[in-house]
This record gives sequence, structure tokens and C-alpha cells, in this order.
Amino acid sequence: MTAEKMTMAQAINAALRDAIAEDDSVVVFGEDVAQLGGVFRVTDGLHREFGESRVFDTPLAESGIVGMAVGMAMNGMRPVVEMQFDAFAYPAFEQIVSHVAKLGNRTRGKVRLPIVIRVPYAGGIGGVEHHCDSSEAYYAHTPGLTVVAPATNADAYGLLRAAIAGSDPVVFLEPKKHYFAREEVDVAVPVPPIGRAVVRRPGKDATLIAYGPSVPVALAAAEQAATEGRDLGVVDLRSIVPFDDETVCAEVRRTGRAVVIAEAPGFASVASEIAARVGERCFHHLEAPVRRVTGFDVPYPAPKLEHHFLPGVDRVLDAVDTLQWEDAA
Amino acid sequence: MSAGQLKAAITPARLLDENGRLVRGASKPDAEALLEGYRKLVFARRLNEQCGALVRQGRLAVYPSSRGQEACQVACASVLSDDDWLFPTYRDTAAIAARGVDPVEVLTLLRGDWHCGYDPNEHKVAPQATPLATQLLHAVGVAHAARLKGEDTVVMALCGDGATSEGDFHEACNFAAVFNAPVVFFVQNNKYAISVPLARQSVAPSLAAKAIGYGMPGFRVDGNDLPVLEKVLGEAVARARAGEGPTLVEADTYRVESHTNADDATRYRADDEVAEWLPRDPLLRVRTYLTSVGALDDAREQEIAAAAEEMAAAVRAGVGAETVVDPEEIFAHVYSTPTPQLAEQRAALRAELDAEEA
Repeated sequence: MTAEKMTMAQAINAALRDAIAEDDSVVVFGEDVAQLGGVFRVTDGLHREFGESRVFDTPLAESGIVGMAVGMAMNGMRPVVEMQFDAFAYPAFEQIVSHVAKLGNRTRGKVRLPIVIRVPYAGGIGGVEHHCDSSEAYYAHTPGLTVVAPATNADAYGLLRAAIAGSDPVVFLEPKKHYFAREEVDVAVPVPPIGRAVVRRPGKDATLIAYGPSVPVALAAAEQAATEGRDLGVVDLRSIVPFDDETVCAEVRRTGRAVVIAEAPGFASVASEIAARVGERCFHHLEAPVRRVTGFDVPYPAPKLEHHFLPGVDRVLDAVDTLQWEDAA
Repeated sequence: MSAGQLKAAITPARLLDENGRLVRGASKPDAEALLEGYRKLVFARRLNEQCGALVRQGRLAVYPSSRGQEACQVACASVLSDDDWLFPTYRDTAAIAARGVDPVEVLTLLRGDWHCGYDPNEHKVAPQATPLATQLLHAVGVAHAARLKGEDTVVMALCGDGATSEGDFHEACNFAAVFNAPVVFFVQNNKYAISVPLARQSVAPSLAAKAIGYGMPGFRVDGNDLPVLEKVLGEAVARARAGEGPTLVEADTYRVESHTNADDATRYRADDEVAEWLPRDPLLRVRTYLTSVGALDDAREQEIAAAAEEMAAAVRAGVGAETVVDPEEIFAHVYSTPTPQLAEQRAALRAELDAEEA
């Protein structure tokens, strides 16, 4: 029995520790990751255990961190870098979009960049401005990036191991709201493949599609709906890119109704892409238009206002109520 | 910071003056080595001319010429060992060729076949960087990884004067200094960033003087003087290899041609200014010196010119050869394994092409 209760921060820490221990080319660096163990303590103890050559602090410059990771990956390393907060990754945007995403293509695959960019992301922690962005659409829109968003502590461990072991760059979006939630994690189970969604809850009336911090919201909504006699299924995407059309569409075709849930502003978002894909591929199976429950198209609100912005159970269930049930037999 | 270090960062060092004479106190360069350098200068000049001609013939989309900067191009490549890395920009085609990469492979980019035509790992030459200064950070990463692995690799990172205004220039210099990384930052100050002159990039006493703020040595050199470039860059490489960290070297040079063939330099600079720089030509002074010491005669000159002509003919033939680009390749390298979405899109393009052919 290898399962134990741990927080998501501890699960990610365990993934980093195991990866560093198993592979000499894995290095972890960023701001405050060494002595302090990260502002969320995700890298706690790694510097002490593995030393300065494997885990180190850098100057405070995100473009520098990602740019250096590119070079280290060119020279045989597997860098895992931490962007301290979602919005603090933006100075690295050019490096991520112009080089991390494109160098493999530029060199016809001669140079591959096994880099993982860890981003504590999304809201719900009462953070001040620049600490709660859902920035996944920027990355998902950039060909060449793999974009992963774990929703459970077990997936945080497994998907991070898969991301580090892979040969392509991964933007790894960690729902910081869940860093300190405890769940059972079995590190001995096989690492899940990146690119496959998972059905968290089967349901026959409608399908809720979510990723990262919105998965627990979807599950809570499904739980609530069950008490009201409605059977909602939940699909956890796990990875946004590659997108698992197969699993998502199979579920939606079965239920004929779908709601996509995500924290990011809805306009030109990942949720919009999912709704469009489902619409294109499942049209003849749909009983109602695909609904999106997302953040509003406003900058992330101040702490006292964020609960108005975040998609919650009630808003999800309201959307489910609009799925033209009157036509159902 | 001593007065001597400050002076070295501001006053251009020189060994061979504009008239091809050694400056006072300079030790005599090795004539055979300098003759080899001259040969490379002639090749670099010929390559610049050939590429310009290929643009005019419509064979290349565009060419950013390094005419007038050939001494920089040759020196930065010649001071490196095989295991060292070169990080060039779009204007450094001649440097990559001097490193030993087939110019035809280098010109794949400008011919429009693909974004990079050579294998970076085979030659230890990064793809030519089009965004400014971003590659300097990659150079720091390669260098730091080498140190962690216990290798004595040195990385030569190139940029121009305009790139020193970018944030990544600052971050790269700072990271390299903090991590004591074996990098030589080599700034070819050719006085223009497309149309914008140096005075609008910086009012620092020199670009090399910026090194002082990062805590690394900075040297300003006459960028049209091959012997001094090889000496100062060579010493910087040796320091880096010995574990003494990065160096910033600024070459005082001049972009004789427009930014590219698509640019018209007469809109922003006077012909007189260009005319003033022409006598400072990097080839001329080495030729004069070598002739004066008897190391170069007409026969040798003709032999070098003929060899350069042969290289140019091979470039013409290689670039002129019809190449087949594969439309489906645009999907092939985005990921190690194409995503299901890319596989689907590739099939859609294939179907389109099949329909056109039918």
C-alpha cells in the first residue's frame, strides 16, 4: 500500500523529488525555490537534499529564467522552472512563445526542449491583482506548447512526472487554490499519459467539461444535481493541449447536453474552443446548445469581489437548467 | 574598477591601424595565422557579395549583409574550439560559414525553405536569432549546463548595438555574471539598428562599459582590426574556459550596406558618413600589412580569390538548385509526436492537395 494523504503542494514536491533522484539531467530553478522552498513551499527541502547544482535560485527575471532553461535544454538538461505566479510569467512570454514553443519546429526536430514551466495559476485565494490570472488561453493558442492542468493531487504528481519525462515543452498549470487540500495519492500507480481526459463521474443527463480548479466545482454541481434528480457526468480534461476530442465527444454524444466550466474570461477562451469543437463534432447528438460558464470578461477582481467572478455551483446548475429540458421525453 | 579597466571598456583597442601598420608597442602577429585570417576575410566578403546578388536575382528573399564587419565575423568563429557554441543573429551568416557550416545550409532560412537549414548540434551553432537579444539567454543556459556537467565548453553570444536596449540583453549579462557562466558576449556595434543610430540606443560612455554594472570585464576594440579582435576575444574565451566567467566585448565597426536589401539607408544617413568608414575596411588593412611584411604576393592573392570564387559558385549552384518543399512537413515537427488535431489537419491538407492534383 503506497497511497498516503498529501496536499497538492506535497504531491508536486514528491514528483520533483522523484524526478531529480531518478534522472541526473533534471534541474529545478526559479525565484525563491531553493532556500525558501518556494512561496507556496512546493520545492521545500529539495535544495537541501540535492544541492545547488540541481535546485537553485535565480536573479528575479522571468525571461531570464525561461531563456536560460532553453539553453540548458539545448545542452542536455531537463529544466523544471517555476514562475512564481500566473501574471508574473508574462515577462517570459516572448521566450515561451518565440522559442520554447518553436525551436523544435525551427530545427526540424533536431533540437527538442524538454522544459516544464510550472505556473501556480487561477484564483480563489483572495490574492491581490496579478496573483489570480487564468492564463491558459495564451499558451493553448501557441502551437508547440503542451498545456496541462491537473485537478487532483494524484494527477498533479502523475502528470508532472509525465511532463518532466517527455521530450516537448509543457506549461504546467497548478491550481493554487488546491495547493493545501489533502487527498489520497498513490505515487506507485502508472503515470497517466498526457493528452487523455478522464471521466470523473459518469452521468446520463448532461456532461460537465472542466479542467484544473473547475473540476471540483463541476463535481460539487453534479453532486447537488443528483439530489434534485438530475444525473450529470463530469469530464476532467487533464491536458488542454493535446485536447482529448475522443473522450469529450463520446460523453457528450451519450448525454446530448454539455456545459463547459472554466475560470478564465470566456471571450476567445479555452472554454469557447471546447464549446466550438463539441458543437462541430456532436451537433446531431445535441439536445441543446453547448453552454459555457466562465469568468466575466473583466480583469480578475479584487479579493472582496472574486466570489462574484468565479464560476460556482449555482451558476453551473443555472446553466444546466437552460439546456432545453422541456424537450426531453 | 580600476582606471585601466574603465579605459579598456571605453577606448577601442587596436593592433593594426587603418593604414595596415602595427600600432606602437604591438607585438608582431604570426604571419601564417594572419594570412589564414585574411583568407577567411576574403571568403566572408565574397559571401556577402554573392548573397546580395542572389537577392537581386530573386533567389533569396532578403539578406542582412555584414559587409564592413567581416573582421568581427571571422574573429568570433576562429577563437572557438569544436566543442564550443556560437549563438549568431540574422546578420551573422558569414560567421556561421567561418565556423564551417555550408553557406547553402545557412541560407535555407533566407531562401524560404525552412526556418533553419543546419543541425545546431552537429556544428554547435544555434539557429540564427531573428528576435533581438533573446538568444543571449539561451547562450547563458548552454554555458551554465556545461559547467554543471563539468565540461569546459565556452559560448560565444552575438548581438548588435540595437539589441543592447532589449531587456533580455540585461538579463543575459546579469545571469551570466551571477552564475559565472562561460559566455563571451560579443556586440558588433555597427552604429545602426535599421535606421535608428547608436545615439538613440544608449548614452553610456560605451556599450562595453555596461559590463561594469554587471561585475564582468568589458572591452571595446576596433571592430575592423582582425588581430585585435582575435586577441581580445581569444583572451575572453580563455578566461571563460578557465572558470573566470563572462566577458563583454564591443566591436566598434560599421554597417556599410543598408539593414537589408529591402531597406534604403540613404533615407537616414549621409553618403559622407559611409565614405568616411570605407578606408577603415577590415580587409584592406590586413592585406596592406601582409603585403608589407612579404607574406602576401599577387600569386597568393589570386589563389585566395580563386578559392573564394569557387565557394561563391558553389553557393550560387546550391541556392539556385530547385528544392522541393513538402507542404505536410509544416505539421511534422511541432511536437515530437503530432497531436491528434495536427494529424487531422495534416490529413485535411493532404485531401486538398490530392483534389488539386486530380
